[in-house]
Amino acid sequence: MAEAARPRSIFDKIWDRHVVIARENGPSLLYIDRNIIHEGSFHAFNDLRTRGLKPRRPEQMFGVPDHYAPTHGRRPEDAPTEEIARMIRVFDDNMRWGEVPHFSLQDRRQGIVHIIGPEQGITLPGLTIVCSDSHTSTQGALGAIAFGIGQSESALVMATQTLWQVKPKTLRITVTGRRAPGVEAKDVILTIIRTIGAGGASGYAVEYAGPVIQGLSVEERLTVCNMSIEAGARSGMVAPDDTTLSYLHGRPYAPKDAAWDAAVAYWRTLPSDDGAPFDREIEIDGSAVAPTVTWGTSPEDALAISDRVPDPADIPDAQKRGTAERALAYMGLTPGTPLSEIAIDRVFIGSCTNGRIQDLRAAAAVLKGRKSAVPGMVVPGSGLVKEAAEAEGLDRIFKDAGLEWRDAGCSMCSAINGDVVGPQERCASTSNRNFVGRQGPGARTHLMSPAMAAAAAVTGRLTDVRRLVGG
Amino acid sequence: MQPFISLTGIAAPIQGRNIDTDQILPARFLKADRARGYGQFFFHDARFEADGREKPDFVLNREPFRHATIVVADENFGCGSSREGAVYALHDFGVRAVIAPSFGDIFYNNCLKNGVVPVQLERAVVTGLLDRLRAEDRPEMTVDLENLRIGRPDGAQHAFALDPFWRECLLQGVDEIQLTLGSLDRIEAFERQYRADMNWLGEPPAAAR
Repeated sequence: MAEAARPRSIFDKIWDRHVVIARENGPSLLYIDRNIIHEGSFHAFNDLRTRGLKPRRPEQMFGVPDHYAPTHGRRPEDAPTEEIARMIRVFDDNMRWGEVPHFSLQDRRQGIVHIIGPEQGITLPGLTIVCSDSHTSTQGALGAIAFGIGQSESALVMATQTLWQVKPKTLRITVTGRRAPGVEAKDVILTIIRTIGAGGASGYAVEYAGPVIQGLSVEERLTVCNMSIEAGARSGMVAPDDTTLSYLHGRPYAPKDAAWDAAVAYWRTLPSDDGAPFDREIEIDGSAVAPTVTWGTSPEDALAISDRVPDPADIPDAQKRGTAERALAYMGLTPGTPLSEIAIDRVFIGSCTNGRIQDLRAAAAVLKGRKSAVPGMVVPGSGLVKEAAEAEGLDRIFKDAGLEWRDAGCSMCSAINGDVVGPQERCASTSNRNFVGRQGPGARTHLMSPAMAAAAAVTGRLTDVRRLVGG
Repeated sequence: MQPFISLTGIAAPIQGRNIDTDQILPARFLKADRARGYGQFFFHDARFEADGREKPDFVLNREPFRHATIVVADENFGCGSSREGAVYALHDFGVRAVIAPSFGDIFYNNCLKNGVVPVQLERAVVTGLLDRLRAEDRPEMTVDLENLRIGRPDGAQHAFALDPFWRECLLQGVDEIQLTLGSLDRIEAFERQYRADMNWLGEPPAAAR
């Protein structure tokens, strides 16, 4: 077969286009189109300063404060401690020093890195995008290779616009069938992670495909790709299609006019060719996906809401049994308890997983005219999401239900801006990680979709949302 | 970066699958200045009570494991957040090698950039090591990067694989930025062609400069 005719996956096409120096085995030098950064970048900036270097192509960077952003005020001094405020000031200083395009905390377009990238059209199909945040996989939903990196790698990108990367293997996850009513994108990805495990896609770049994925909106695809890292994959992607193009058209940083047409012509060549080889293929029955919650301390500890807390005694492998026992002890749960009987203390709706307008609409649809039985907060993913929600009156629904309506940021997902879940408090959360201590020391996190979190708020316990909305 | 050739030292067994970087370095310590050292934060919440007292049962609070220079762990060690601080914490505590059946991909890369050797071995071998290290008086191991082998005092050895490029970088303590800047002419040539081919990208518009 002629070289040109060799069918390739979308991942291979984008990867091949960005190889600066190819090595037969081991890492290649890969060109990086966009480096998106947040407050954690201070290590990389310190590294550059020590070396007497500056960002080589700052115009290919973009910065926004999100992790430490206070959610009840837009000034650094609104942060609960001076240490946290300092993180935002240092970030601003670094942006000025490096002449990096950025949105400041006061900018109405500020928000979580992975929300504003797509929202602004900074994230585009065919690009290589990095950010020193593991949930950079989110941005692959637009058909880009997007992955999280560390601070040393970020400094290398700033200095050279390249990275040494071993090419990952490719994994295509095809979700067949039809999504049932009441089942959200979050349920689909939690089911995938439960099926393949928290390390199930380590070393792989994932492409999501099949009718259920194609039927998702871009915002829902972002939710799915977001949690690729929770299955171990550094990147997850969905091939660009008409849904992608109509989402991107007219976004502030997307190409315009003739450049748009040229871009579309190129983007149309990106989807995986028929017969493209994948190192591994998995099929998930999308029709069987039910509203899902997690019970343990890894995102793989997910079950349908109709299920019960599992019994570690049923696990033969000693290491795995021990892990499950420690998870249940941490979570304060007893084997055999129906998941729908687990009472919660608090609810969190937001994060790069579920902080977009569609997520807030889904939560509001359940909360409308109802009261939350527990305290909680709704944190929009960006200032523009907040404006859109307020224009639709969603903020009133949340406030009338007794929930707090906050400003944009990572908030209680990374729990380092002062928004934390207390020790032994149980939180129904739309975030991405139920790790030990993730939402605060001793905090107990149950992951779920925005509609499920809203249902849990209403009843005060984990609840099948279909019982409330008759889905 | 400090070169790594071979290391013999105390190996601490860490129990549990999917040990994430939030456990290795709780996020609230991410604000800390590296110059002050991250070792105090290593597995902080597993090591210390809220009032700062040591939790006596945790492996790194027991002799001789508090002097560990090697960590042995179960699958998917270092999953989760990309925080390089997790590797700073491990490194500054004194650990220079981690042995596990599998690693979080970003954590694995972060190890390579900080002179920490990630050793991937079959799960059966690792669970065997975990059991023996807990039971032994002299829980020592050797990680020999030059010969790509790990060894135990009883003479047992296992070969491991590491990409030759990264192995060389670790052996020589290569600075990756310096190394890559040596290829700047090739990067610039690539960039010129790329920008010509992808002319729709244009000059990215500068935002709030």
